[in-house]
Amino acid sequence: MDFSYSKTEQLFLQMIRSFAENEVKPLAAEVDEEERFPVETVEKMAKLGLMGIPVPKQYGGAGGTIQMYTMAVEELSRVCATTGVILSAHTSLCVDPILEHGTEEQKMKYLPKLASGEWLGAFGLTEPNAGTDAAMQQTTAVDAGDKWILYGTKIFITNAANADVFIVMAMTDKSLGNKGISAFIVERTFKGFSIGKKEKKMGIRGSATCELIFENCEVPKENVLGKMGEGFKVAMKTLDGGRIGIASQALGIAQGAMDETVKYTKERKQFGKSIAQFQNTQFQMADLKTRVEAARLLVRSAAWKKDMGLPYSADAAMAKLYAAETAMDVTTKAVQFHGGYGYTREYPVERMMRDAKITEIYEGTSEVQRMVIAAQLFK
Amino acid sequence: MNIIVCIKQVPDTTTVKIDPVKGTLIREGVPSIMNPDDKGGLELALQFKEKYGATVTVVTMGPPQADTILREAFAMGADRAILLSDRRFAGADTLATSYALAGCIKTLDYDLIIAGRQAIDGDTAQVGPEMAEHLGLPQISYVIGAEKTAKGFLVKKELEDGVQTLEVEGACLLTVLASAYQPRYMTVSGIIEAYNREVEVWSADKIDVEETKLGLKGSPTKVFKSFPKALKPAGETFEVSEEEAVELIISKLKEKHII
Amino acid sequence: MELTDYKNIFVFAEQRNGVIQNVAFELLGKARDLADTTGEKVVAMLLGEKIADKAQTLIERGADEVIVVDTPILKDYLTEQYAQAIYHIIMERKPSIVLYGATTIGRDLAPRLACKLHTGLVADCTKLTIEDTEDGRKEFRSTRPAFGGNLMATIVCPNTRPQMSTVRAGVMQKREAEVGRKGTITPMTIPFDESRFKVRIVKTETYDKKTLDITDAKILVSGGRGVHDAEGFKKLQGLADVMGGMVSSSRAMVDNGVMDHAYQVGQTGKTVRPQLYMACGISGAIQHLAGMEESGYIVAINKDKFAPIFNVADLGIVGDLHKIVPMLTERIKKEMDK
Repeated sequence: MDFSYSKTEQLFLQMIRSFAENEVKPLAAEVDEEERFPVETVEKMAKLGLMGIPVPKQYGGAGGTIQMYTMAVEELSRVCATTGVILSAHTSLCVDPILEHGTEEQKMKYLPKLASGEWLGAFGLTEPNAGTDAAMQQTTAVDAGDKWILYGTKIFITNAANADVFIVMAMTDKSLGNKGISAFIVERTFKGFSIGKKEKKMGIRGSATCELIFENCEVPKENVLGKMGEGFKVAMKTLDGGRIGIASQALGIAQGAMDETVKYTKERKQFGKSIAQFQNTQFQMADLKTRVEAARLLVRSAAWKKDMGLPYSADAAMAKLYAAETAMDVTTKAVQFHGGYGYTREYPVERMMRDAKITEIYEGTSEVQRMVIAAQLFK
Repeated sequence: MNIIVCIKQVPDTTTVKIDPVKGTLIREGVPSIMNPDDKGGLELALQFKEKYGATVTVVTMGPPQADTILREAFAMGADRAILLSDRRFAGADTLATSYALAGCIKTLDYDLIIAGRQAIDGDTAQVGPEMAEHLGLPQISYVIGAEKTAKGFLVKKELEDGVQTLEVEGACLLTVLASAYQPRYMTVSGIIEAYNREVEVWSADKIDVEETKLGLKGSPTKVFKSFPKALKPAGETFEVSEEEAVELIISKLKEKHII
Repeated sequence: MELTDYKNIFVFAEQRNGVIQNVAFELLGKARDLADTTGEKVVAMLLGEKIADKAQTLIERGADEVIVVDTPILKDYLTEQYAQAIYHIIMERKPSIVLYGATTIGRDLAPRLACKLHTGLVADCTKLTIEDTEDGRKEFRSTRPAFGGNLMATIVCPNTRPQMSTVRAGVMQKREAEVGRKGTITPMTIPFDESRFKVRIVKTETYDKKTLDITDAKILVSGGRGVHDAEGFKKLQGLADVMGGMVSSSRAMVDNGVMDHAYQVGQTGKTVRPQLYMACGISGAIQHLAGMEESGYIVAINKDKFAPIFNVADLGIVGDLHKIVPMLTERIKKEMDK
């Protein structure tokens, strides 16, 4: 058992940290304030190969690991959770399912452009009436001989406004329930496809979360991802991977709030000494630090299992559950340590606290994670 | 074109702290980084590689851990890396360092040698010019711009009060300012490849320099003592309204006969 | 090498466009003090074209002798030409100590010579002394900042000669000119090897005259990250103008291209010690402090009350420079009109 980063991972951390510090952090407050998708940052990430970290070289990727990808999401989220989730949704929810379930033709067609960052990816499962109960899909796909015709609406789609490729779930046979759902690769330019209204959100406000509207959208036959009727399985497996990404995002937010709080409590003086010297600060911060490290180990272990090809579904759920709740706890206390300043936008912990909340909700709420973990436990 | 870039691993002096009691440097926890001016030099070399086509060789002298910055150079785009590592090089001042580096470079093919202006741990700016002298090459220091010409290079040098454009014939050595060359990031695929590539480790035997000119033995300067810098005591700081602040400044400046 | 063969303190008298640089006078002042403790001579080396008439000013500032090399070859500074000339002088006259200004010229030239002479060189010194050793010798010691200004190191060069140091401009005190002071002027010709002249000056562009040298300014209004942009620096310029001072900058604003390197104060910029240093929106990284903490009176204006600049400031104001600076400018204008 080895808990240290490999030399390659250390080099990668050095790069991603300095990238996050110099390119991402200076924009974080602005991206949040203006609810602006940081196009320029994504372009820079693309140039460095960050949009295709775990994609094998033959498909134009960097040939890296899931572990490195999670490190990237963590480090980006440490300074800007919006940027973190852009990478997470692109990689875990679009690139990964094509890699896992795509035909050779689909891989050759989509992965090089996604890995190079020329195209941005997104994933559409959630509907107004099908949230946690994802089996209640109302978007339908009808066989029109040489193509599929999709009709319906998806909501809360991360990256939607800027994405070029979408993995979309639709009912191909309602009578079969879950087994009647299939997955499709939909390009932004397909006829009958459009992006709907943009959500106004509490946090991750730059991530361009929108509706997807399918009005008799024409999808070529060869764009079914995986087998017919296995869309639900594709979605669930994709979300397993996505949860490692969101766990990394939560971990990054928590770490970022820790960094800010350590710095602030050392500088801020009250009653003649820095507030870091008070035992209340020290004990609480020690507890938070312990939680963050525990979350990190869960994330690393889940990513390692995915890299090794081992089952990781419950591991991903535990990592996400724990990291998300840790992020919420750390950021809430970080604001408290900052006092009045923490409640203002002068300090980033205010944003971090708003950003943290979503990690307990999307890609399966914390309640869903508990269901996944319990199902594994009592099977 | 063959370009050789000399780089150095240095402690990140912006994070160095002094033990207030003992007066010594606290080096623990201080990250080791590629010296910023050297990284600027590597950036210049990589820009030349893109523009004119070149093989970029990075050379460093240091302990085995200095391997890290050579891997970083690979991940940024360098083609070949040499680590001069030998106990006999240890304790070198700038002159002894320049003997070792020049001894290595003499055995290589080059059209251009690039070094950083100075390293942040020593700030001497000496090794570059000293290497140029050993190699019998012209040098241009404080470089903020360079391009290749038919005969050699056209180089912009920063002066205290302006910029000088110089033309050099044939091979030369440039020392580069970090502020002029924002270094590129390592790429992900470069990072993944970096540790699969070979860093050549050279001992003192592989270079043609008398041993008496290397390391501590070959260093004419010696450190007599070192001590922490004494900071003067703090004055007073006020958090007052802008109007009061202005009056406060005015009264102090009058008191000091500055206005 | 017989160390006792080497005598006297030589100073490289840097000139640009025929004007002897302040740092040369500062070095002469220091060399004079050192030479008086050992009973040696101070010799200035003056290189250039049509500069012989400047030799007397060097004598008035403390030189006993001025070696003048007057030739078109040395009109403007070029490494190889100057290195050949100084090398020739040193080999012929065997000085014990040679001092250069730590300028873009001195820092380019001195290491080239250190290598030719196979001797030690100490860069960017802030203190030079000659002290008695335990075994009764007199030893030349050069002290300089190291590790980004975190540490001071005193360096000696025991076994080779000459002992060479570059000294930061603005650190040593020049002597009052002693009009009519007597000294020797020695012209010298150098057997140049012109085959080694490979570098040619295409052009030299000088920055705006008015803002030539921040090290000469009595008052500096200095800006850092908190100034934000060129627009912010205009406010600082306004304040500098009413006080008859100049604007300078922290490294951050040079690195991001807002200000030119010529105005940079700090470890990698210039060392300044004006009567008044007003640090506006400068946090005060140790590298910056290294370049300005010797200033007569330091006023700091910064929004961040934890900024380290407040640790060296004589007067610290926690506040917004964008409001305070214009108000202060108006107020000083009124004061001056009185």
